[in-house]
Amino acid sequence: MLMLIMRHELLLVLITVILLLVELVLPAHRKQKIILPSLILFGAVMILGFLPGPAGTLFGGMYSTTPLTLLMKNLLTIGMFIVLLQSVDWLKKEENKEKISEFILLLLTTLIGMEYMLSSGDFLMFYLGLELATIPLAALAAFERFKEKSAEAGVKLIFTSALSSGILLYGISMIYGTVGTLYFDEVINGINGAPLQILAFIFFFSGMAFKISIVPFHLWTADVYEGAPINITSYLSVISKGAAVMIFTILLYTVFSKVTIMWKDVIYVTSILTMTIGNLFALRQRNLKRFLAFSSIAQAGFIFLGIIGQSQLGMTTVMYFVLVYIFSNLGAFGVVSVISNRTGKETIDDYDGLYRTNPLLSLTMMLALFSLAGIPPIAGFFGKFFLFTAAAKQGLYILVLIAVLNTIISLYYYLLVVKAMFLNRSDRPIAYFKSDGYSRLGLALCVAGMIIIGIYSPVYEFINRFTFGIY
Amino acid sequence: MNILLLLIIIPILTIIGILFTRDNKKVRVVSAIGMTFQLITAAIIIIWYLAERHAGNTAEVLFASNWVWYETLNIRFYIGVDGVSVAMIGLTAMVIFAGIFASWDVDDLPREFFTFLILLSSGVFGFFISLDLFTMFLFYEIAVIPMYLLIGIWGTGPRHYSAMKLTLMLMGGSALILLGMLGLYFNSNPDGGPFTFEILKIAKAHIPLNTQLFFFPFLFVGFGVLGALFPFHTWSPDGHASAPTAVSMLHAGVLMKLGGYGCYRVAIFLLPDAAHKLAWIFLILTTISVIYGALGAIWQKDLKYINAYSSVSHCGLVLFAILMFNETAMNGAIMQMISHGIMTALFFALIGMIYGRTHTRYINEMSGLMKVMPFLAVAYVIAGLASLGLPGFSGFVAEMTIFVGAFQHADTFHRVATIIAASSIVATAVYILRVVGMMLYGKINKEEYELITDAKWYDRLSVGTLIFGITAIGLAPLWLSTMITGGIGPVIEKLFLAMN
Repeated sequence: MLMLIMRHELLLVLITVILLLVELVLPAHRKQKIILPSLILFGAVMILGFLPGPAGTLFGGMYSTTPLTLLMKNLLTIGMFIVLLQSVDWLKKEENKEKISEFILLLLTTLIGMEYMLSSGDFLMFYLGLELATIPLAALAAFERFKEKSAEAGVKLIFTSALSSGILLYGISMIYGTVGTLYFDEVINGINGAPLQILAFIFFFSGMAFKISIVPFHLWTADVYEGAPINITSYLSVISKGAAVMIFTILLYTVFSKVTIMWKDVIYVTSILTMTIGNLFALRQRNLKRFLAFSSIAQAGFIFLGIIGQSQLGMTTVMYFVLVYIFSNLGAFGVVSVISNRTGKETIDDYDGLYRTNPLLSLTMMLALFSLAGIPPIAGFFGKFFLFTAAAKQGLYILVLIAVLNTIISLYYYLLVVKAMFLNRSDRPIAYFKSDGYSRLGLALCVAGMIIIGIYSPVYEFINRFTFGIY
Repeated sequence: MNILLLLIIIPILTIIGILFTRDNKKVRVVSAIGMTFQLITAAIIIIWYLAERHAGNTAEVLFASNWVWYETLNIRFYIGVDGVSVAMIGLTAMVIFAGIFASWDVDDLPREFFTFLILLSSGVFGFFISLDLFTMFLFYEIAVIPMYLLIGIWGTGPRHYSAMKLTLMLMGGSALILLGMLGLYFNSNPDGGPFTFEILKIAKAHIPLNTQLFFFPFLFVGFGVLGALFPFHTWSPDGHASAPTAVSMLHAGVLMKLGGYGCYRVAIFLLPDAAHKLAWIFLILTTISVIYGALGAIWQKDLKYINAYSSVSHCGLVLFAILMFNETAMNGAIMQMISHGIMTALFFALIGMIYGRTHTRYINEMSGLMKVMPFLAVAYVIAGLASLGLPGFSGFVAEMTIFVGAFQHADTFHRVATIIAASSIVATAVYILRVVGMMLYGKINKEEYELITDAKWYDRLSVGTLIFGITAIGLAPLWLSTMITGGIGPVIEKLFLAMN
């Protein structure tokens, strides 16, 4: 029964092993056959994750789950499922045929890492989970290794994450030095804002900021996002970032709860910087992957508004926004991915006149971009609005003002893409094509998510039930 | 079931109907049917409302329904109407009905055109029936966003530029509103208990003066952007000039009224003390709007620009009157919203029809049109006369009430502002009569104009509806005036308390 506490991870490990074994017996020319079983298995894991089960601690407090972490894991598996669906078309390409199972297995491994990270009860476990989540991603970023940019992305990712892990670890070791323990429960009582702890926090924060790509630690993002295969980019910008944001929020709310004065200003300033700089850089991008990279940097800045809300409201809004963000951003990336797979076109100018040839894809893209921009009645509006509410509750109206003005900047560049698709005419638009069933299913899930999550308020209330007592 | 819900359900059903219509030509028929039902519903609501009031129902809002939406945040879907919102619903239904017929010959992507147009109108209806700030804001943005595509795809001239400018400026306004709204929310219950977005509850809370002074400018300017408050009006001429006919009609006729209505219902009603303290700043700005719009219109040669500047002037007058804080002027402000809404929709409809026949909008290129299209020309004259405030039309009733109300303030500042604003009537007469004289009378200056045909049945229906509106209000304003007075009562009362 105790093992049920760890059911998410164990199930994932189980299907990873099964898939490895299947991979062994599959003949070389039939590697494609692994796609459907892995989707079915993963779908089963996703559904099983929602079944009620026990929560508690294992291994003397190294590993612990709460209803909240279980919910977070479920959100991540939903996102992961959509990413897998969107990858199928790309995996079936001739040059990837040999590596299909590697792709799936590596992705599953990173997810296992993230889930351990979310459930960690001490800094060591947290660090292990983080590394398990990061290193396979570098391999995935360099997946198309014959493309120069992809190789470059892999190298950049591994270097920056090594650096950030080093910084993070340094911070953790300083915390250990002042408190004498790594268990979260005990660290809480030991943290009192001593100078060395402030330094430790700054190191810890910088390390996490690399992972979430907060300004000024965002410089790797655009190149990696552009070079990596699109599905990896969407995974990086949604699932990986979402997991890092979630655990970061939890740590701030629990471990560093007694010294909010220490981190509040840091979050305040980085939030403004991240939103503004992310937005300003996004304005000038023509490549859609880079464009979405900078837009996702800006979105992280908005998430910080919820974190700074430091209340149950703050936690709920962050979780809710991440959920909305998963569907919206995956929707946008899904369309980019489908079009890139079929035509190889990735710039905004290529999308000129897309609506007249591929109306459904254009509408999906528009919906996703409007959701990212926060236009009602799509879910993104509610996500942003609640983040602003969380910050306003603390009386930080100036911050909210800067944030709402930033949404206008972001609306401008999202509208540029809408303009290309709907308003512009082109002599040679992307011809009509029928996308594959998996992508369509993935996009349909995203659209359904974007529409339902906002209007259907029980989703928010459901999340709110689990965030009770975190702060 | 609440009858007000129909105002949102009918547009949604119409949109679904449009999406399932096979034939592109039939799309407009489906839209017309849907909006006819909408007009009938609006008429029923008005009659029912008047009957309820006549029967002695004195509740602050009628047909109210209050559902919880987001429980933890106490966000509600709270709908209901008072005299003012009923009047605005009637206006909107009339303009969208006329707008559908005015765009009968849209042939580029008609399905999308009507979908976005009706979506926009559903946002407007939702805005007017909302009594909860959250849903009000939500519908506000739904009303603004389709505008980008409508102007960008089906517009004329520098349409991409205008569409982007309009959208960004209006969304910028809504960003300010959002901040003000959150400020109201977190001050909505100073005595403890849950916070609320409900307008009627916030109105009962006593918000400290300093808080009010901080948030009032955000709300007033935020809504003021949409109400063409100087110097945030610059989206309006470009946007109106580039938009397709029905969109100009709806935008100038109804959407700009969202600004005035928001200033009245949210900014002034909920923050009355700050309104009193800061009124002078905005009074100066609105006076500039009024006179600047009127003078600007004189210089323009493009019919749509003339009317767009005239809208800035007339909508400025709405905000001007709201800031007078007395019953007469406030009544006039609402009357002006209705009157200008119908009138400007009529103007834009006619301009669209004239442009469709002469292929130019420059008044110096047209002459003698009265001879070839008497129906449209006469309608244009009627609209013009209503615009310059000729008795017998709605414009006179509204402007007269406003200036009488404004003149009740005996101090020099208000007197000067009123006199300057009133002088805009003269400028209005200049630009209206100039257009009528140059464009409609005289000799026909081009041969091809001889072949122009007069209005088709759908043009006549569209124009006829609107002319009926302005003359009906002009000749029998009392029922409307009484209805509005009932609605503005609580606002005036609150302002009166704040003054002392």
